Amino acid sequence: MTVFAAADQPTLVDFGNDVWWIVLIKIVGIFGVLVLMTLFAIVFERKVVARMQQRIGPNRVGPRGYLQSLADGLKLAFKEDIMPALADKPVYFLAPVIATIPAFLAFSVIPLGPTVSIFGERTPLQLVDSPIGVLIVLACSAMGVYGIVLGGWASGSTYPLLGSLRSAAQMISYEIAMGLSIVAVFLYAGSMSTSEIVAAQADGTELSLFGLEFTGPSWFAVLLPVSFVIYAIAVVGETNRAPFDLPEAESELVGGFHTEYSSLKFALFFLAEYINIVTVSALAATLFLGGWRAPWPISIWDGANTGWWPLLWFFAKVVVALFVFVWLRGTLPRLRYDQFMSFGWKVLVPVGLVWILVVATLRAVARETDVDAGEMAVFVGVPIALLLLGGLLLASRMRNRDTRVAAREAAAGGPAPAEPQVLDARGRDRAAGGFPVPPMDLVVPPSPRLRSRESVSAGTVVGTGRRSSSTTPEETDDV
Amino acid sequence: MLSNYVPLVGLFVLAAGFALFSVTAAPFIGPRRYNSAKVQAYECGIEPVDQPLTGGRIPVKYFLTAMLFIVFDIEIVFLYPWAVANDALGLWGLTAMAVFIGTVFIAFVYEWRRGGLEWD
Repeated sequence: MTVFAAADQPTLVDFGNDVWWIVLIKIVGIFGVLVLMTLFAIVFERKVVARMQQRIGPNRVGPRGYLQSLADGLKLAFKEDIMPALADKPVYFLAPVIATIPAFLAFSVIPLGPTVSIFGERTPLQLVDSPIGVLIVLACSAMGVYGIVLGGWASGSTYPLLGSLRSAAQMISYEIAMGLSIVAVFLYAGSMSTSEIVAAQADGTELSLFGLEFTGPSWFAVLLPVSFVIYAIAVVGETNRAPFDLPEAESELVGGFHTEYSSLKFALFFLAEYINIVTVSALAATLFLGGWRAPWPISIWDGANTGWWPLLWFFAKVVVALFVFVWLRGTLPRLRYDQFMSFGWKVLVPVGLVWILVVATLRAVARETDVDAGEMAVFVGVPIALLLLGGLLLASRMRNRDTRVAAREAAAGGPAPAEPQVLDARGRDRAAGGFPVPPMDLVVPPSPRLRSRESVSAGTVVGTGRRSSSTTPEETDDV
Repeated sequence: MLSNYVPLVGLFVLAAGFALFSVTAAPFIGPRRYNSAKVQAYECGIEPVDQPLTGGRIPVKYFLTAMLFIVFDIEIVFLYPWAVANDALGLWGLTAMAVFIGTVFIAFVYEWRRGGLEWD
């Protein structure tokens, strides 16, 4: 297996000497893959979220509804393209383009597989690689912010401006956390080239524990758990996804930065957003989940990491990451903006910095004392991560202590409250605390329209029966 | 080495062509039915205000965040090469980087204590 793996594992030397038509195939291939992944991701998201909400989801267009997003995309093309009167026309026109191009470019450094032969030419399944591969992804994601900010600003409207401001602040904040989280990966891999990072996760270190010989984990997600967690949280903020989708918070900002956009311009923003999600998922797979290499039980099979098979493992990992994105959206409510920003700056950034120092120190100690670095990671890094997680768990339990104590008392059949505890009406007090509170004793009067219809069709069974089944006193009076 | 990046240019051209084609073609493919309400700013149905209430000024917090971002982004730019060359730099490199991170961290703590990270 190692012989095959070594032969197929591309190194930096293998890049930059493809024939022109191979390069062309790869370019069109990446473009096609990204567009297809976007179409798939939208349907996938809608279907999974629907299942989580006990719905069926799109199931009309195409087989089992899988062509729904294609139909939506085509529909968008035939919608009216509106140029708002107050818009800054050139910027408004170019903003979707500025958002889309970097989204496509970021994917170019993601390794999709080992060296394969396309029509007799040996070439790695990756468009570009360079000693600074990951920096290209970071640069592109930073450029994408411009598209959003300019789009929101050029719309000449309030909500898009607010959305784009939030988006800018959010993306640059979480870019810091994301950038810090992958420093430890570079430290372990000794390289910033994506293909070499995948190669660094090829073989686990040989461990001996209580006389048992076994191969330790090789994925950086296991060796550097804190980095992985920070990365996973930061990219959700970076891609403006729920629960961090504050720039497009529907309940606050209508649609966020793209409120004034319609037709294909809107479609481009949407495309860029989903491509970014696919890219960060692919980057998560590359940096932390072993890239295109087969996961453990499959990797026992010798041919798992050769030929075209790795494409399957790679896209399986990407889809799993996409599922986690959808899962988050289906589970968690949106954060408040101040909570969100303080979480990024006061938790993720300091933890990331300390973790870098811890990892570097561990590595230095391992080097000086001639202990294997991987062994060191497993025996020291994992306990530290567990300790951290335990601490977080403890902290959250301490916060919920009152609730739990009350729940336990209630469950133990303690003195049941004789009468329901009535909170004092403090509408005024709460409003005084800065939170506007609507009057709580409002009663919605019955709709006059419905009442008049009721009087006409009284007696006969018409309609859904929602109103006619129960007759309220007011209605009897009317009749 | 530079030939490494030629495919990137190719992808750029393809992506730019696709995006520019889309935004240029959009007005011609779709219908065009003028309506003065359509071109007004969308504000959930109420009459849009002509000018933002604050005169177009942006809260200073966003600028603070941007400046903090620059500080940390530069720190990250220094961290990357150190991380890649960590094994070669040895203990000296680790100490130097610890001092560097510590220095930036002091500034960070200062801003934190002065309330630069608070949103209200």
